[in-house]
Amino acid sequence: MTYIVKPRLHHPKLPTNALGYTHRDYEGSVSTLCAGCGHDSISAAIIQACFELSLPPHRIAKLSGIGCSSKTPTYFLGQSHGFNSVHGRMPSVLTGANLANRDLIYLGVSGDGDSASIGLGQFAHCIRRGVDMVYIVENNGVYGLTKGQFSATADKGSSAKRGAVNSDSPIDLVAMALQLGASYVARSFSGDKAQLVPLIKAAIQHKGAAFIDVVSPCVAFNNHPGSTKSFDYVRDHNEAVNQLDYMVERDAIVADYAPGTVETVMQHDGSMLRLRKLALDYDPHERISALTYLQQRQAAGEVVTGLLFVEADHGDMHGYLDTVDSPLNTLGEAELCPGPDLLERYNAAHR
Amino acid sequence: MHPTDISNPDYFHKVVDCQWACPAHTPVPEYIRLIADRRFGDAWAINWESNVFPGILGRTCDRPCEPACRRGRVEKEPVAICRLKRVAADNKGDISRYLPAIPTQKNGKRIALVGAGPASLTVARDLMPLGYHCVMFDGDSKGGGMMRSQIPRFRLPETVTDEEVDIIVDMGVETRFGPGGYVDSLKSLLAEGWDAVFVGSGAPRGREIEIPGRQEAGAHIHIGIDWLSSVSFGHVDKIGRRVIVLGGGNTAMDCCRSSRRLGGEEVTVVVRSGFEEMKASAWEKEDAQHEGIPILNFLVPVEFTHDSGKLTGVLFEKVKAEYDEKGRRNLVPTGEPHTHVPCDDVLVAIGQENSFPWIERDIGIEFDRWGMPKVDPKTMQASLPHVFFGGDSAFGPKNIIWAVAHGHDAAISIDKFCHGEDVAERPAPGVTLVSQKMGIHEWSYDNDISNDLRYKVPLRDLKVALKDIRTEVELGYDDKLAFLEAERCLNCDIQTVFAGPLCIECDACVDICPMDCITFTDNGAEAELRTRLSAPATDFEQDLYIGDSLKTGRIMVKDEDVCLHCGLCAERCPTGAWDMSKFLINITQAGTACRSR
Ligand SMILES: Cc1cc2nc3c(=O)[nH]c(=O)nc-3n(C[C@H](O)[C@H](O)[C@H](O)COP(=O)(O)OP(=O)(O)OC[C@H]3O[C@@H](n4cnc5c(N)ncnc54)[C@H](O)[C@@H]3O)c2cc1C
Ligand SMILES: Cc1ncc(C[n+]2csc(CCOP(=O)(O)OP(=O)(O)O)c2C)c(N)n1
Ligand code: SF4
Ligand code: SF4
Ligand code: SF4
Ligand SMILES: [Mg+2]
Repeated sequence: MTYIVKPRLHHPKLPTNALGYTHRDYEGSVSTLCAGCGHDSISAAIIQACFELSLPPHRIAKLSGIGCSSKTPTYFLGQSHGFNSVHGRMPSVLTGANLANRDLIYLGVSGDGDSASIGLGQFAHCIRRGVDMVYIVENNGVYGLTKGQFSATADKGSSAKRGAVNSDSPIDLVAMALQLGASYVARSFSGDKAQLVPLIKAAIQHKGAAFIDVVSPCVAFNNHPGSTKSFDYVRDHNEAVNQLDYMVERDAIVADYAPGTVETVMQHDGSMLRLRKLALDYDPHERISALTYLQQRQAAGEVVTGLLFVEADHGDMHGYLDTVDSPLNTLGEAELCPGPDLLERYNAAHR
Repeated sequence: MHPTDISNPDYFHKVVDCQWACPAHTPVPEYIRLIADRRFGDAWAINWESNVFPGILGRTCDRPCEPACRRGRVEKEPVAICRLKRVAADNKGDISRYLPAIPTQKNGKRIALVGAGPASLTVARDLMPLGYHCVMFDGDSKGGGMMRSQIPRFRLPETVTDEEVDIIVDMGVETRFGPGGYVDSLKSLLAEGWDAVFVGSGAPRGREIEIPGRQEAGAHIHIGIDWLSSVSFGHVDKIGRRVIVLGGGNTAMDCCRSSRRLGGEEVTVVVRSGFEEMKASAWEKEDAQHEGIPILNFLVPVEFTHDSGKLTGVLFEKVKAEYDEKGRRNLVPTGEPHTHVPCDDVLVAIGQENSFPWIERDIGIEFDRWGMPKVDPKTMQASLPHVFFGGDSAFGPKNIIWAVAHGHDAAISIDKFCHGEDVAERPAPGVTLVSQKMGIHEWSYDNDISNDLRYKVPLRDLKVALKDIRTEVELGYDDKLAFLEAERCLNCDIQTVFAGPLCIECDACVDICPMDCITFTDNGAEAELRTRLSAPATDFEQDLYIGDSLKTGRIMVKDEDVCLHCGLCAERCPTGAWDMSKFLINITQAGTACRSR
């Protein structure tokens, strides 16, 4: 806990974005999480991504459940819409909000307990419906807020702070997201903003269900030897398959890459992703081979990070359901009450 | 880049921009905190120790600290460092307990001090507690030098000068003041066998202007500094209705403002240069304009006009600034017709010169071709080893705080010289670095950052102020304003100290820092490194703090430039790799601490 408010003064030469805002304008209130928590770095990455994309803060809705991770929306985007739901229920609230107003940018922020334990079903359905959103899990392998019990993503054999060994098999949310049809899947590390920020930017621009699993050490309860979610462990075992340089417009492929090591992916809105391959045999367009690769490397003890899967022209829930194009709150009486004739015809169709 | 050596006292000293810029290295943030704490006596004592004249300087200092103040880099204006000093002096109460004891048993060394200005007074202040017998000479009948003779009373009441001069004289300095105190031959003085002689005789001569009419209309053309001292000593108490002041320095500002108080109704300042390039401090120009004094620029005086021996005005040539290929400025005539400004009196304030008619050139003191004595800038020693110079007499006219700084340096040299030591060997400063942590989020200083803009010092009503030249214009900050202004100080002496081996590279400090000071990155050469930090680091005068021993092999880079010393980095650090530590540097003064034996 910090008692003073973060000073309003900022660096006099701070860059501004297309809206004239500095990154400071995308901050929230000062974090009440433990000093050093990985979650705070993820908040900083979200701030940076939204700043760089020049997003108008009032067009963003941030939704979360319960947990230290789910508290973080208070600490970023102070001018955006927010909803702090019941434990594990963020996906349903987000789905409903998205159905009602498809014009906002949806940011679902959750924890491994919130999504892989109590909220596993909610997580699964939200992903398989293809809700257009960015779903971020701040994954520390424990229930941080309730003082460090193993969560469902804790690796089998890893130990808790006081020495207890986890005997249950872990849930891999990345593998589940791939199986459930997410059209953008990535994993990153809170301690690597150079990797994380472009992944968040591309996920925001992606239309469809974008899922990012961010390993985020809990400094209070899961940053000891024996943990597989500690700063040291992740740094030692991090295997990035690629490095995403997010680009808004098409520009020349930089020449100093060896041929075959750079790939450009066009998103539905025309924005470009430039992907530098680090594992040359990894293909982020192949769902099945991606899954196999991930499981092999995971078995070898590696934490695979990077943009793991992307399907540019996937579509989203509104497309599947053929919903009305405009947000419900903009519909007038004429659209909402189309009259007795139409009602009669509709009822007749069901007889 | 190499990791920063924070054991070098200069490193953290530079971070305290104000203290570094102050010639006497006054611990500014330390006294400002004491003012906020209403410990005015303690705040005064810290000042007195460093700069000897808190009450005088709190009203008149040239304040080199303020342009350096970090606050001026993060918002519009620096902290009012100078006027806060006055608050300490105004409210100090009984200060007798802060004064050093003067030994009754003297050390047998006799020192002559020529002149009783701030330089000599500082030497005496530093040497008296060590048991020296100091004899101070001055042709004026009271001590203070130009602080008394030149600085007008409406800026500096004589009671303040009296008090601060007396503290020193009352230490038992033997004074030879008045006409008999004027030293007319250094040779004869040296013949009296002093252990050391300090020359603090100032820069007493005002520069002349040689244009037609100067002789004929001479009765109403006055040299600024001579006129000001006549005013100060009560020999002059009025001036004509229309006055022209020639010159754009601080003396000109004092001349015009004094004229306004002695009957000058239409007082005009005329400068050769542009308004911006005038030598006077911005605040002095502002004060003059506030008193209804126009400043005309780009006008070069060519003639004093007169009628049957009486001055009628000044004729000016109009000029403009042109820059040659080397960027040097030349003032060239515009070709327009001359302008004539009518007036009754002219005050010439176009510069000040040294003059040493009383120093013989055959006694071993070397002078350069500009007629200035050769003086070592560190030790203040002349080419005659037991003669030392300081203040305006050493390197030409400067200001009070430089005279004080010279005085401290000369006192160290005199003390070492009298003990048979090498004066070139200078003492290291005393440095302490102490953690300010009181609890997880508690610090022994107020780390919350005030958003207030600089507070103006309340002024006396203009009508009242202009009535009497002895009425002080500035009222000074009251308690409330002093507190609010003190809160603007960023506590730059509370240093961010980094311990690499403790850091787990969690980025918490990077994320919280409101000023984007901190970056974890790969090492590189400074110029290149500066281009890839969290925020632009374009000021090479401001150091980068480099920390190493990180597990990933990266380095921690902190740009000192705009750090608010808010301590948030240290509050958010889970491992205590950052700490906020108070850095106190005491510039060692004359005494046993500087001697090797
Ligand atoms: C009009 C004016 C306004 C100023 N305003 C400011 C200001 O606001 N702030 C600031 O910081 N500075 C100001 N200054 C500058 C400041 O006054 C001087 O820089 C400072 O006083 C120099 O101190 P000093 O000890 O070297 O000598 P001085 O103060 O000049 O004192 C020298 C003394 O030596 C005496 N003396 C000279 N020759 C002999 C001799 N042969 N024998 C015996 N005695 C002798 C003189 O009578 C004089 O009293 C101002 C100067 C002027 C002219
Ligand atoms: C319905 C319900 N059940 C249980 C809890 C208790 N609880 C609060 S936070 C939490 C776990 C949060 O874990 P995670 O989502 O991983 O967040 P972290 O704190 O680790 O970031 C639990 C079980 C609750 N608040 N509500
Ligand atoms: S308990 Fe763990 S997850 Fe929660 S704030 Fe502290 S470090 Fe972060
Ligand atoms: S004290 Fe720390 S957090 Fe505050 S501005 Fe300085 S580096 Fe940043
Ligand atoms: S907060 Fe502390 S441990 Fe974390 S990166 Fe900064 S200095 Fe290192
Ligand atoms: Mg968790």
